[in-house]
Amino acid sequence: MNNLSSTERSTAPASPLLSVKQLRVDLPVAKGTLHAVRGIDFHVERGEMLCLVGESGCGKSMTSLALMGLLPRKAQVNADCLNFDGVDLLTVPERERSNLRGARMAMIFQEPMTALNPAYTLGNQLCEALRRHQQVSRKAAHDRALYLLKRVGISAAEERMRQYPHQLSGGLRQRVMIAMALMCEPDLIIADEPTTALDVTIQAQILHLLRDLQQEFGTAVIFITHDLGVVARIADRVAVMYAGEVIETASAQALFQAPSHPYTQGLLRCIPTPGKTLPGSRLQAIPGVVPNLVEKVDGCAFCNRCDQAAELCRTTPPLQTVADGHLSRCHFAHQLSNPAQLNAQEVTL
Amino acid sequence: MNSAASSRDPLALELCALSKTFKLGGGMLHKSRTLKAVNDVSLRVPRGQVMGLVGESGCGKSTLAKVLLGLTPPSAGDVLINGKAIVNANQKALARHIQPIFQDPYSSLNPRQRIEQIVGLPLRIHAMGTAKEQAAKVDEMLELVGLPKRAAQQYPGQMSGGQRQRVAIARALIMRPDLVICDEPTSALDVSVQAQILNLLLDLKDEFGLTYLFISHDLAVVEHLADRIAVMYLGRIVEEGTREQIFSAPRHPYTQALLASALTPEPGLGVPDIGLGAGQPDPTQPPSGCAFHPRCPIAQPECAQQAPALSPIAQSAGPGTSQGTSQGTSQGNPTRVACHFA
Amino acid sequence: MAQLLSSPVAATHHPANTWLSRLVHSTFKNRSLAIGLLIITSLGIVALLAPWLAPHDPYLQNTANRMVPPIWHETGSWTHPLGTDRLGRDYLSRLIYGTRISLFIGLVVALISGLIGTTLGVLAGYFGGRVDAVVSYLLTTRLAMPVVLVALAMASLMGGSMLTVTLLLGLLLWDRFAVVARSATQQLRDAEYVQAAQALGCPLPYILLREVLPNIAGALIVVATLEVANAILLEATLSFLGMGVQPPSPSWGLMIAEGKAYMFFQPWVITIPGSALFVLVLAINLLGDGLRDLSAPGGRNE
Repeated sequence: MNNLSSTERSTAPASPLLSVKQLRVDLPVAKGTLHAVRGIDFHVERGEMLCLVGESGCGKSMTSLALMGLLPRKAQVNADCLNFDGVDLLTVPERERSNLRGARMAMIFQEPMTALNPAYTLGNQLCEALRRHQQVSRKAAHDRALYLLKRVGISAAEERMRQYPHQLSGGLRQRVMIAMALMCEPDLIIADEPTTALDVTIQAQILHLLRDLQQEFGTAVIFITHDLGVVARIADRVAVMYAGEVIETASAQALFQAPSHPYTQGLLRCIPTPGKTLPGSRLQAIPGVVPNLVEKVDGCAFCNRCDQAAELCRTTPPLQTVADGHLSRCHFAHQLSNPAQLNAQEVTL
Repeated sequence: MNSAASSRDPLALELCALSKTFKLGGGMLHKSRTLKAVNDVSLRVPRGQVMGLVGESGCGKSTLAKVLLGLTPPSAGDVLINGKAIVNANQKALARHIQPIFQDPYSSLNPRQRIEQIVGLPLRIHAMGTAKEQAAKVDEMLELVGLPKRAAQQYPGQMSGGQRQRVAIARALIMRPDLVICDEPTSALDVSVQAQILNLLLDLKDEFGLTYLFISHDLAVVEHLADRIAVMYLGRIVEEGTREQIFSAPRHPYTQALLASALTPEPGLGVPDIGLGAGQPDPTQPPSGCAFHPRCPIAQPECAQQAPALSPIAQSAGPGTSQGTSQGTSQGNPTRVACHFA
Repeated sequence: MAQLLSSPVAATHHPANTWLSRLVHSTFKNRSLAIGLLIITSLGIVALLAPWLAPHDPYLQNTANRMVPPIWHETGSWTHPLGTDRLGRDYLSRLIYGTRISLFIGLVVALISGLIGTTLGVLAGYFGGRVDAVVSYLLTTRLAMPVVLVALAMASLMGGSMLTVTLLLGLLLWDRFAVVARSATQQLRDAEYVQAAQALGCPLPYILLREVLPNIAGALIVVATLEVANAILLEATLSFLGMGVQPPSPSWGLMIAEGKAYMFFQPWVITIPGSALFVLVLAINLLGDGLRDLSAPGGRNE
């Protein structure tokens, strides 16, 4: 798990870093079983920023916890394939899995205060993150921590190393979390709504930093968010989730310019966009509510809220290829993405 | 509800040099610190308009809302609603003119009461009408906010976030107040639900002729809703003007940074480098002079010494009208900026 | 998302993690509620119907019939199923009447102390500042006093009686109510529904009684059950020490005290009231445990 081998691995020819096929997560709840994730497929290439976007309850956080192996034990995880750089995450023993965590996969949480231990200094926690996985001297760990703190834009880093988490503001804590995630130079970072709790100016700074570091270190990032503005600005590729399914995957450019699932289109239409929506005008809201995932969902999960639903939508739509690398789980994906329709979209988008 | 008398005053809400100071800590062994949560805020909200109040956490916007609602007395300054001062006013009388809609629909409804009890509470407290009339009014209000009839018998725990926010709106509007304080009403909601609630707020504003003070950190939402916008930083208003002025020609460097960091869903633009320092200031120890100067990209030595006043700036269209602040006409309200270099 | 995540995250902190053990755990908890409720209800019925259930007058002395052993002894008889005491009074009848004393004192003490503690706690939590400082001072003062010693001293000054014991314990045991009510109210004070009620101009009593109290009631009920058990034990202690309920009242504590001279030769004189005390206190604790599970977040679903 040392630096050498990870660089060697990342230069190995192109199989995706992470591939997920038919991932399912079931959670027992009071009234039955919650099908939080219902068979999703996606992959992450080395060094790319993949955004998982969706609303509350769509299963995006469950997906990330399943990848990290941090789901509660009562949760059932099934998949046809859950492969992280040649390691089968479904069968890997817990001991090896916890070695992977931190060393090759790191996670950044929404609220850094819950992930930082209030009883230890930052320097202590940063060094510990490295020394748990790698045989390095105290001095080397300290130097790396110092370097990374400076790199994430923390002034007076030497002093900060001796401080405790509560002495930092939210923005600084999130910077420390990023530094901690980078300590072992992981191949994959999973960031679960890392900027949602922050102010907009701080959010912009943190995103800027994350994007910079990701390109500098060549780390792949799964960025989980509900904010389409953030997605548009940082993503290489996007997977849109709805009701426990990935309903559309595309490059960021393609997704925002030619969304080919009615839910994605609806999402883009319902946020007020300066210069495109008329101030004070009615927004095009998506009617209805998300289906209850404790009950069985038949056919297209979105059909009860979709203005283009037809009889066909009572059957489960297959994942259709709209363009190269652009997949949509809608029976009418091809019609929705054709140029004639697209012009009509542009007025509102 | 003396709307006939109050409608003569063109201003629904006026704040005159309002301040709210908190003592923090303090005790036998600690020295208490003061937090100037709201610092010398003056603001005029014309009737029927939406005033957007923008700022980051800790800038004092929620404290301002509490003062306006009468939940905490101001330390200094006056609040005038319909031209009348509310300090020492009866809370019940105040409640008929001004009502809140809070951010978190999960904590804004008492989990132990049915929806009809929650929505009907204002009528019961203010003894408006018989029980039958009250029930009819509750039904009417629930329909107006788009909730089904059976919702009246439900408990908040049985509803989704969007439905709960509709209940909160129904409770706020059932007494037909003039002014509604919306404190981040959609930031706890999903975007698809946010659009429904924003539409509802706009519809109800037209229907009841409401005035909103709309507090939010989401600039896209504020731009969509607000007629005028005030930007707050560390307890002070740093810039105030019409939506067009604020969004197309922001004068204060903080407003400029806020606008730059708002991420619109346009791919390919990347994340802007807004060039503010990493440190958020501690509100209990605000920087000297202009509170923004440690983060300001154009700060000069004098900024650390002297706090700039919030003063009207000359309009390119007609500098003569800039004195119009004292006349209280909404058209004549110029942009006000607190910066030495605006 | 927060809502979706909160339950599994909370669950990971649970030590018992397999699906089966959790199931057993929860049924056991529910069963504890059922068992507690069952025992307390039957004891309550016994207390209410004491005059009809008791085979003899509990105060009737019969010196010719002293220290008759209970039925399971070879010399026992059905006339006195649990035997008689040193004055020849029927032990079963005294035990049955003793239920009244224990339950009465337990409930009334919990009521008085609950009223005092909840009032103080809610006011301290809601207003904070000076009110909180005063209540906290009272609370610290109260916690600095050893309950048994103070009760003993006061009872010896005022003369022990059922009324004195009830009042004394009622005035002493409010601390836990105050602590729980205070912290629960502090959390609710800034809840937006409380602010909404304030903004409506709701009168203070309405806010405290209708908005705050129903939402802290769950925690208070749990405290109340524990305090009932506590009061019953303290009453027995004080009566045992001679400063509680006075003879000839059939208090369980007094029965143990009166029997202590015979402890080594006729142990049943002590074990019978002792077991009764044990069963009652256990039942109340089981009930409290079950109620706590019900009122815990997540278990509450309206």
